[in-house]
Amino acid sequence: MTAPLLEVNNVTMRFGGIVANRNVNFCVEKGKITALIGPNGAGKTTMFNCITGFYRASEGNILLHGEDGTQDIGGLITRPITGGSHLATRAGIARTFQNIRLFREMSVVENLLVAQHRQTANNLLSGVFSTPTYRRAEREAVDRAYYWLERMHLAGDANRLAGELPYGRQRRLEIARAMCTSPKLICLDEPAAGLNPAETRELSEVLQILRADHDLTVLVIEHDMGLVMRISNHIVVLDHGEVISDGTPEHVANDPAVIAAYLGVSEEEVQ
Amino acid sequence: MNTHENLFPKLGKEALLTFCVSLVLVGPISGLVLEGFTFRNELVHAVLIAAVITAGRLVLSAVMVTPFGRRISGVLSRSGGGVTVRSGKERSSLPLLAVLFLAGLALPFVADKYFLGIAILALIYCLLGLGLNIVVGLAGLLDLGFVAFYAVGAYLLALGSQYLGLGFWSALIIAPFLAGLFGMVLAFPVLKMHGDYLAIVTLGFGEIIRLVLNNWLAFTGGPNGAPVPPPTLFGFEFTRTARQGGTPIHEALGIPYNADYKFWFIYLVLFLVVCAVIYAVQRLRVMPLGRMWEALREDEIACRSLGVNHVFTKLSAFMLGASTGGLAGVFFAVHQGFVNPTSFTFFESALILAIVVLGGLGSTVGVVLAALVLTILPELLRDFAEYRVFVFGVLMVVMMIWKPRGLVRVTRPAFFPSKSAEPTSSPVPSANAEVSR
Repeated sequence: MTAPLLEVNNVTMRFGGIVANRNVNFCVEKGKITALIGPNGAGKTTMFNCITGFYRASEGNILLHGEDGTQDIGGLITRPITGGSHLATRAGIARTFQNIRLFREMSVVENLLVAQHRQTANNLLSGVFSTPTYRRAEREAVDRAYYWLERMHLAGDANRLAGELPYGRQRRLEIARAMCTSPKLICLDEPAAGLNPAETRELSEVLQILRADHDLTVLVIEHDMGLVMRISNHIVVLDHGEVISDGTPEHVANDPAVIAAYLGVSEEEVQ
Repeated sequence: MNTHENLFPKLGKEALLTFCVSLVLVGPISGLVLEGFTFRNELVHAVLIAAVITAGRLVLSAVMVTPFGRRISGVLSRSGGGVTVRSGKERSSLPLLAVLFLAGLALPFVADKYFLGIAILALIYCLLGLGLNIVVGLAGLLDLGFVAFYAVGAYLLALGSQYLGLGFWSALIIAPFLAGLFGMVLAFPVLKMHGDYLAIVTLGFGEIIRLVLNNWLAFTGGPNGAPVPPPTLFGFEFTRTARQGGTPIHEALGIPYNADYKFWFIYLVLFLVVCAVIYAVQRLRVMPLGRMWEALREDEIACRSLGVNHVFTKLSAFMLGASTGGLAGVFFAVHQGFVNPTSFTFFESALILAIVVLGGLGSTVGVVLAALVLTILPELLRDFAEYRVFVFGVLMVVMMIWKPRGLVRVTRPAFFPSKSAEPTSSPVPSANAEVSR
């Protein structure tokens, strides 16, 4: 077992009286694809929002073990004045959304350029006077954007509006955009939702490539079990906000508790 | 053809309806003329007007069924997505811009004082529109109190000269910073709010500034306003005799005195500032900061997921917008030679917002055009001065029906990879080419 990149320790998330996640523990191993599955309403997206810094977990902590030490996600987002969910991204966690959130009225390249705001020269004066430093940074950013567009087979759509792309390409664009933030961990919220079988196959290939070539760790929420079983190295199953199973795909697939949760039958009947 | 058979009854019905509606609208207004405590009946007048309106409506309907009319209505209703991406192959508009620039510079030499005054006012509104466009059009933050920053700029010059001895030039340099500071003070606590709430808070801020200016008699002069010193150029004055201890410019240059020189000067400086601001705003649209503003307008949550600090980004938009408003204020003050709080009412804010919305949110060309139209049009329609606001209202309604995205289509810049990167676009050796279909 390699070192974990992300550690979720005893996380409980409450919204008023509703407990969305109760005492969740799991690890995301570096360089592996980890899947988070569970029936609807199991608290997967809530967990995701905690990990990516959109929610502050009510209890417990989420630790990211990066090259530059360990960072507590909850601590980042509650930091006074400068704190916020954007710090989770800057720490190296990128994400996509269940319902696609692109900048619809901006071009595809611009979507990717926004994601690279950490690498471009953001100084107002250098941009207005178009200094050499600014031009070089901008050129590199555009090239990087095209690199990712080519990886995602979107290069032909580079100068179209993001909102006019077909659904499947919007999904891929969202992944490309997340990759442009140079993340260590990418969290994909139902990336295969609404894709046809061919597109799903392509997506699984893309994910494998990202993992293999770009030293990337992937955390994915997915309902397509075929895809999950095919790509993931490690599966965590949530039900009613709690982890009911955690292990390799084979282990999880044969776990009576998981079958019970998905099929709604009692454990005796499964035997 | 079926449509032709149905045409005449349809037109007749339409004519009757138009006639009735216009009679109801026009009847009480022009059909009854007040005379002291009684009124005179002039219903014939009203019927005539209604008949003219009906005839116009019929002509319009008749034209609209011809192929030509259909084409026109097609063009009018083609609002579409409103946004297009450039192809990168468009012809450069540089020659046109150069001609416009030279024409703008040459204007004082051909225009009379009255027209120059209108031009100055139009340019001031351009500046205001450009500033508000940053906040509303690019960053998507609805600001109903923009006039506050305008007031800050204007009063900076007026009170600065009174208390600190500031001149036109120093005010011109300080105003953007001071207005930006005010923008920051306002924005910092409210940027966590969205949409309507932000609009209400900014509306309140605009009113606060105006009320302070109105009621702080000892400092601002209250409703009596404050005088503004005339501008100088390198210490030369534009008055007939030197009042501020310098030499009048006509004496220095050895030319006859002309009262218009002051306006020439204001116009030229203002024109150059407007050009500089237009250039900066155009640059901003392809700069990371401008892109982040627009991304924030599109989807704030996605922005946060990409590591954009939404609070600071919004703050920068607010501050830059406010700075531009402050600049406009200085020019307004120096042009009027006097400021008082009645120039900074909510109506001004609404007017500036109308400019931005009419021009097309986010479109620089559109905002400049709308500013020119909305300031020059009322001057041309002086005879209808009482209906000015009414005309604005009609214009807004018509625009929202036919061109909800504004006068000018927003275009997005195209980006292409640099030549060096094109042949082998992947920095990492591509061992996975088989994925590509």
